[in-house]
Amino acid sequence: MATIPAAKIRFREPQIEMAHGAGGKASRRLVEGLFAPLLFGASPGPLGDAAHIQINGTRIAMTTDSFVVKPLRFPGGSIGELAINGTVNDLAVSGARAEAIVVTFVLEAGLPTEILEAEVRAMGQAAEKAGVRIAGGDTKVVEHGKADKMYISTTGIGRLLSGVEISPQSVQLGDKVLLSGPIGDHGITILLARGDLDLEANLTSDTRSVFPLVDSLVQAAGAGVRWMRDPTRGGVATSLNELARDCGHGIVLFEEKIPIRDSVRGACELLGLDPLHIANEGQFLAIVSAELADTALQALRATPGGEEAQLIGEVREQPESSVLVTTLYGGSRIVDMLVGDPLPRIC
Amino acid sequence: MKFVDEFRSPELITKAGEEIRKLADPSRHYRIMEVCGGHTHAIYRFGLKDLLPVNVELIHGPGCPVCVLPMGRIDDGLALAAEPNFIFAAFGDMMRVPGTNGSPLEYKARGMDVRIVYSPADALKLARNNPGKHVMFFAIGFETTAPSTALTLVRAKAEDLQNFSVFCNHVTIIPAIRAILDSPDMRLDGFVGPGHVSTVIGCRPYDWIAKDEGKPVVVSGFEPLDILQSIVMLLRQLRNGEAKVENQYKRVVPWEGNRAALRAMAEVFELRPYFEWRGLGFISQSALKIRAGYAQWDSEQRFTVPGVRVTDPKAAQCGEVLKGVLKPAQCKLFGRECTPEQPVGALMVSSEGSCAAYYNYEHRKPVTIASAAAF
Amino acid sequence: MCLAIPGKIVELDPQNANLALVDVVGVRRKVDLGLLQDEPPVPGDWVLIHVGFAMSKISEADAADQMQTLTMLGEAAAAMEEVRGYGLQEDPPDQYGKGWKQ
Repeated sequence: MATIPAAKIRFREPQIEMAHGAGGKASRRLVEGLFAPLLFGASPGPLGDAAHIQINGTRIAMTTDSFVVKPLRFPGGSIGELAINGTVNDLAVSGARAEAIVVTFVLEAGLPTEILEAEVRAMGQAAEKAGVRIAGGDTKVVEHGKADKMYISTTGIGRLLSGVEISPQSVQLGDKVLLSGPIGDHGITILLARGDLDLEANLTSDTRSVFPLVDSLVQAAGAGVRWMRDPTRGGVATSLNELARDCGHGIVLFEEKIPIRDSVRGACELLGLDPLHIANEGQFLAIVSAELADTALQALRATPGGEEAQLIGEVREQPESSVLVTTLYGGSRIVDMLVGDPLPRIC
Repeated sequence: MKFVDEFRSPELITKAGEEIRKLADPSRHYRIMEVCGGHTHAIYRFGLKDLLPVNVELIHGPGCPVCVLPMGRIDDGLALAAEPNFIFAAFGDMMRVPGTNGSPLEYKARGMDVRIVYSPADALKLARNNPGKHVMFFAIGFETTAPSTALTLVRAKAEDLQNFSVFCNHVTIIPAIRAILDSPDMRLDGFVGPGHVSTVIGCRPYDWIAKDEGKPVVVSGFEPLDILQSIVMLLRQLRNGEAKVENQYKRVVPWEGNRAALRAMAEVFELRPYFEWRGLGFISQSALKIRAGYAQWDSEQRFTVPGVRVTDPKAAQCGEVLKGVLKPAQCKLFGRECTPEQPVGALMVSSEGSCAAYYNYEHRKPVTIASAAAF
Repeated sequence: MCLAIPGKIVELDPQNANLALVDVVGVRRKVDLGLLQDEPPVPGDWVLIHVGFAMSKISEADAADQMQTLTMLGEAAAAMEEVRGYGLQEDPPDQYGKGWKQ
């Protein structure tokens, strides 16, 4: 039985904490409890990655995102690439081809020009690779100490692909969960790049545009695609929990099917982290009808960059509004959203 | 992953589950306590309860060093580090634990220099790299972790590093087990012993549990097959009316323990006459403090500790859950006033606290026949 | 208190006998060997790592032994397993040397 969450969570906390930006439960409380009631009207419906707007009969998607990353440069990418790919991907998973992006820079006074230049260059290259136009932007400079070198915000618009009607409400019992590739690369790369944990691994961020994969999927199985999301901050667990809450069903994952690189797994075991909570910047999830699931999987695997795609689970009645991970030997556990960012543990 | 994947073999886990179901006498109800919070976490993470018959019940023990830390000690640590040139360094486990005025992460958001470290050695490195600041390492853990803190202090002293100190909250496991067995509400049949603590203290310290209390103890590893095999070994003992200490985790645990680790601990630490354990009250000879020879590196001897005692809210039943008398869901605050997002007690914040583990991994699971009674 | 992971010693630090580079499926970290100073491990050894310190050497023989026991669970060898579990029989020589284990 699908339900839109009826209760509005009023935001009662006296001050904003780091957790509110982490993409987990605290973030959701802020969005649903403060932004939504004040900005989105009485019944905004489930909040997706992008807004769908009709202008003169043309359906376009629009999204915005901001990027706060430490360190700015890391193996496999930098904040500039994240800023472009992140917005392209948000549009892609709402079923749209990104057409144009505008960029806002908030720069810290004292930032060396060569750092800015490197990022702008990276953005230009990422945009070209993704086939999206950077149409304009804005720059602000703030005092030293107020911007952690630089913050980038991108807003993108895109044209909705035909044949795509996605929403949590269209998710049905028996639908399958499709994942485009191995999880955790980005989040672990960043964690290691910060240097506090003194760990090294041959890992790179997976940042890339997922649009080519989404395009293949939609072309092959568009009628069966119910929902898509890019599992960034908060990981696969957060994205699927949001879906489960929005559609009311249970999402059951098969642990042995979830693709993960050895070194990501090793880092997670060492630090006591759950890979399902780790951010990804180059993967996406889709819920696909049972009839078209195999077609969808083959389409992804046949597309460059989608070779490691997997069907990792299915939609069931129980546990309602929750995500359950099962093992081959019959053990299972609930996987919930985190409150804030995942923290390493020693116990 | 070698030495990990083999012990997660689905076929062998299924087999071990079958063996447990064969061994469990249907006319008995077994209550087995896993002492260590790491075991609690593993049991939930691997869904091992799903494999147990209804009459084999796992009771979560107090071996969670974050859970048993009184709030006053967190307040003390944060107060010490409130000086302008201090760096507060601690394991990730500590970061969300609520003090009276917030958790370390909340203090960080308000401007305190708070760093997450994976190792006490990293805290020492922070001190070397930040000569203008004082690094205070908030040390927690049972005997598994204490030797590493000890060695770190040995190294700090050898280098005569001035800007480093440890706020020591190490506790010892045997007094906690004693407190459980002394508790009138407890009926237990046996123990899954703490495998990693035992790499340091060995298996002899549990002899009295078998000899004097008549309860079997199996020192266990942390992979699913380790825990299941330990339960098999306990059930076999119980079937045969035996009570012995056994070592299931032989690949790693030496019966006599780690002498070098014990030496390091003896060099640096001595037992406090008593220490307050959250939920268990004051227990004598149950915690470590830094010896006078290392006073320079002991935050408590070098600085003034406020020493505030904070009592838990009356409604919070952390103590009973810690002792295994209550299940997490039986605490009146569970899931209502007390959730991982707004934890009242440390059992809800620590990743191995039984309340957090149950809340995060279990309490919305579809109820099966097996899980109904065991929850 | 309890999170400890097996890792393989890749190389000893030439400048510091107490440190070694340890590998866990491709993730590497310098680990302090000070707690194993009575029988220092060498490259190729497997150790149990907790908070950046090596706690114990991992015995491949005991691990293999244990896997065998688990594989035979429920079969006629049950009696044999019981004896092994008590540690009373003579175990094969292990890395700790005599006297470490009962």
